[in-house]
Amino acid sequence: MRVTFTVNGREESADDVWEGESLLYVLRERLGLPGSKNACEQGECGSCTVYLDGTPVCACLVAAGQAQGRRVRTVEGLAEGGRLDPVQEAFMECGAVQCGFCTPGLLVQAHDLLSRVARPSDAEIREALAGNLCRCTGYEKILDAVRLAAERKADPARGEAGA
Amino acid sequence: MDFLRPTTWREALAAKAERPGALPLQGGTDVMVEINFDVRRPEALLDLTGVAELREWSVAGGVCRLGAGVTYATVIDELGGALPGLAQAARTVGSPQIRNRGTVGGNLGAASPAGDSHPPLLAAGAAVEVESRERGIRTIPADAFYLGVKRSALEPDELIRAVRVPVAAGPQYFSKVGTRNAMVIAVCSFALALHPQERRVGTGIGSAAPTPLRAPEAEDFLSGELDWDAGGPSPSGRPAKGLDAGLLRRFGELCAAAAAPIDDVRGTAAYRRHAVAVMARRTLTWAWDDHRGRRAA
Repeated sequence: MRVTFTVNGREESADDVWEGESLLYVLRERLGLPGSKNACEQGECGSCTVYLDGTPVCACLVAAGQAQGRRVRTVEGLAEGGRLDPVQEAFMECGAVQCGFCTPGLLVQAHDLLSRVARPSDAEIREALAGNLCRCTGYEKILDAVRLAAERKADPARGEAGA
Repeated sequence: MDFLRPTTWREALAAKAERPGALPLQGGTDVMVEINFDVRRPEALLDLTGVAELREWSVAGGVCRLGAGVTYATVIDELGGALPGLAQAARTVGSPQIRNRGTVGGNLGAASPAGDSHPPLLAAGAAVEVESRERGIRTIPADAFYLGVKRSALEPDELIRAVRVPVAAGPQYFSKVGTRNAMVIAVCSFALALHPQERRVGTGIGSAAPTPLRAPEAEDFLSGELDWDAGGPSPSGRPAKGLDAGLLRRFGELCAAAAAPIDDVRGTAAYRRHAVAVMARRTLTWAWDDHRGRRAA
């Protein structure tokens, strides 16, 4: 079947999509967007987190056909105007990335948190990221990065200084 | 495999009538796992996310009617007051991403004994509204809906349209045992609801039998033993007492006796039976403390 939806602001179509195929597979294998990672394929790890109509979901659990006519935003679509999002910058600066496999999902999920809660508490950060597994670092650097990104988003002057 | 995409409820019922083998799909948090892992190859997927009415809920006559496509996130954000037991259970489901997609209707459709919705639905006295094109609507009490491991009373040509849950008239609590606070399939779980106007107690046990189930003997025992009038608003009302240790213990024993757990990868039968008793005592203590507070207030 053919599936057409908006990805990072552009309308895209994929042909010969198998009816049981996931949105994740379509993104990675048919649309050339390998940012969202395929790890557990059962919603356990959060590595494939994308926005679907503005809501973070595991792309591995969305049937491709369910994305028909909808808006998807992946990690590739977080940067705007050629500039990384403050969440992405903070992850790099804080050393919140090791192997990088969990990073795209964490970025999207943290991006969503900060769009809803300007100054999240540590408990709120932990709860928001509870479905994103990192097996390299432990989570301290990731928490540092989310706190830093929150500060910068709330006070863009600090973002300029740090960039 | 076909991908069926109804946009109205009538179309959905027609599709299910013509293709009883089509597997209904909402948030995909169970169905897509089975497809990704090659465990299931249905002849067709029946995507119900295009049927907008399924995402709605409403309250009338003291009953909340929850469309089959209402997500856990919506239950948490909007129904914590009306359905506190279900909302508390919803907060323990998976992760934020899973709660954004997973639905109570889907939990019923999957009918896993470990589904987190089931205990609070049982304790609250919920009923499942199902419909087929040929025979119309049936309303099935939750305690008659679960028939076996991942088997329910739903006929092959029927779809779950909604679940009807009485709005809470007293305290409700949910408790769940797992290895961490997120992404956990329940080792076992327990829900309790006090229905003070009817002087009745509701219970629901999860993941400790082939189906989610109530503990009727425990409910009858406790309904008769609780001092429902204590701490009433009248000046002569006696102060409500805490719960007697013997009563708590007996309630826990009766709940554990209602369970029929097995040993599996998540826990042993003996552990589950023990945990059900502990959760029964805890949820009762929390609920009775709330009840005393309300009565005194």
